Amino acid sequence: MTTYIIRRVAWLIPVVFVVSVITFLLMHAAPGTPFQPVSDRPLPPAVIERLEEQFGLNEPIYIQYVNWVGNILQGDLGPSYRIRGRGVSDIIADNMWASVQLGTMSFALAVILGIPLGVIAALRQNKWPDYLSTFISVIGIATPSFVLAVLLVLIFSVTLHWFPTSGWRGPEYWVLPVVALSGYGIAQVARYTRASMLEVTRRDYVRTAQSKGLKERSIVTVHMLRNAFIPVVTILGPLLAGLITGSFVVESVFAIPGIGRFFVDAIFQRDYGLIMAVTLLYAVLIAVMNLVVDVAYAWIDPRIRYS
Amino acid sequence: MTATDDDRRVDPGSPAVAELPDTEKLPEAVSLETEEGRRLAAQLADEKARHARKLLEVRDLSTQFFTKDGVVHAVDRVSFELDYGETLGLVGESGCGKSVTALSLTRLVPDPPGKITSGEVIFDGVDIMKLSSEEMRLLRGKRIGFIFQDPMTSLNPTLTIGFQIAESARLHLGLSNRAANDRAVELLSKVGIPRARDRMGDYPHQFSGGMRQRVMIAIALACDPMLLLADEPTTALDVTIQAQILELIRSLSDEFGTAVILITHDLGIAAGMCHRVNVMYAGQIVETGVVDDLFENPRMPYAWGLLDSLPRLDEERGSRLRTIEGMPPDLIHVGDDCRFAPRCPYSRDICLEDEPQLTEREGPDHLARCWGTEPGRAWIE
Ligand SMILES: Nc1ncnc2c1ncn2[C@@H]1O[C@H](COP(=O)(O)OP(=O)(O)O)[C@@H](O)[C@H]1O
Ligand code: SF4
Ligand SMILES: [Mg+2]
Repeated sequence: MTTYIIRRVAWLIPVVFVVSVITFLLMHAAPGTPFQPVSDRPLPPAVIERLEEQFGLNEPIYIQYVNWVGNILQGDLGPSYRIRGRGVSDIIADNMWASVQLGTMSFALAVILGIPLGVIAALRQNKWPDYLSTFISVIGIATPSFVLAVLLVLIFSVTLHWFPTSGWRGPEYWVLPVVALSGYGIAQVARYTRASMLEVTRRDYVRTAQSKGLKERSIVTVHMLRNAFIPVVTILGPLLAGLITGSFVVESVFAIPGIGRFFVDAIFQRDYGLIMAVTLLYAVLIAVMNLVVDVAYAWIDPRIRYS
Repeated sequence: MTATDDDRRVDPGSPAVAELPDTEKLPEAVSLETEEGRRLAAQLADEKARHARKLLEVRDLSTQFFTKDGVVHAVDRVSFELDYGETLGLVGESGCGKSVTALSLTRLVPDPPGKITSGEVIFDGVDIMKLSSEEMRLLRGKRIGFIFQDPMTSLNPTLTIGFQIAESARLHLGLSNRAANDRAVELLSKVGIPRARDRMGDYPHQFSGGMRQRVMIAIALACDPMLLLADEPTTALDVTIQAQILELIRSLSDEFGTAVILITHDLGIAAGMCHRVNVMYAGQIVETGVVDDLFENPRMPYAWGLLDSLPRLDEERGSRLRTIEGMPPDLIHVGDDCRFAPRCPYSRDICLEDEPQLTEREGPDHLARCWGTEPGRAWIE
């Protein structure tokens, strides 16, 4: 298991390297520069030249890359080309936390609610708990997070005044955004868990467990759940990545000071420094999530662990 | 194949367990005044009652599956008995209801769509059809062990084999973790897994098919059951491994005094392992008898067919029927006829008009379901 984890962690290095090169090249291949905005008042060429010099953009491209990576390794994600006087590191440090909180809480909720919903649905197949769970799943998958967000605000903030409409200042601010963002995740996890449990119910080893006279409860918890989790785990990695990177819509609706919003702004403003940094950050995050999922996968399924 | 091993077969009338205890002598030996004496007396009375009855009495057992296409009569009014310690074969082509019969005995038929629709199953004096599901659960694994056909899929891939063996010992015998583990190690070495203690923490995929079936046997015997249901335990294995696994089942059931119902489609296996054989066809028992008797003198064309598909030296029976042509009937459209009639070269009008019953042939121990050999009207020679 340890060698497996080490092997998987070692894999992160080439992955991150390749992503960094691609990000860097894409940004430089993109037409225009941050200093040529699509505005009616272009900067004089002399100013642009001075700015490019200031940011090192007149160097050959591989030097720029080496500089960029060198700085990143020292913890400096480089300058923002648009927001004067603030480094990308500062911007990310200030805004990352809210996004990470939102993403992980939504993920946790998706797992904590989705798995029991799926399990109960499978154990009560074609009875009312199953229908209720399926109903929730269909709604959850079909409703985009911004619709859910707006609905939640209308009902629980505007009408009932239970929760604040916007901001990110404490637990009462978390509830609605987390629910809005996790709706889809809950539905997906429930759907996969149900299908997987039903599949496992028909397996021979479950019949073996029954023939051993085990209690219904231990057949489900000891013999079925673990096996049923195996396919569910494979969707958790993409789900978590999606929740963290895809949170900008919810961040906008609830005015949460998260990185997602900055990212969107950065794209519109061609703030390449910020775009590159955030892209790289997301790439690393997703790679790490996948790693965590793979390790969880191996932990659950000994056939992987020992191969 | 271990086809002939005569010392294994005992007279079905005399079960392979201890001598009948004599309670009449009891008052002289022990006093009923003492607790010990009463306990002993009760124990002896219990033993005596056991000898008076069978381990298993199945009467008119029917199990049906209620499917979209109709009702599948998978097991149709099956009756048979089993002595303590006896080995009984359940033989027939695939789809004739062997597995469902075994599952019905432990009430493990998947429901829906399956239902046991009639019958009694008296196990060790208890009608298991009348037990609550909790009482039934306590019999499974403890009194009745199960070995399934495919060892590749019958073990849980995410649990160590040590856990899977110790689990039922812990549950049914109330053993501590440590004691249950020790028992599992003991069982593992008994079933012939080398370095048993080291392999407790291994997972099923780290074993070969034959080794997994040994593990399965260890699981089935974990609580020293009175009855072992072995459903085609060697069908999925290499021919070379088959004999070893059968030998293992035989020696362990002898050692523990476990009765065995061995399900197989291979009469050769049944011949080598069993005291009695029930031949099943289309959900019914069509012939039953002591192994020698049944093999010497089968009284039902389907049984001849099964026998003739065995390789044998004397060609005598080959003239009657080489292989059984055709397919077993679907079990949805069953009527009042002989179910073998469409495939039977001896069939006559009566076979299509009336259902033959299991009746005696040459003595009360050999029954067959066939008009053609029915005493008084037989036309087959
Ligand atoms: N779960 C099920 N649903 C419907 N029919 C079934 C089911 N299980 C078994 N059957 C039917 O019951 C009959 C007997 O099956 P089985 O006992 O498995 O045969 P075998 O003698 O090969 O063990 C077959 O016709 C089979 O199609
Ligand atoms: S009853 Fe008739 S059809 Fe059926 S096995 Fe006997 S002879 Fe053949
Ligand atoms: Mg079968």
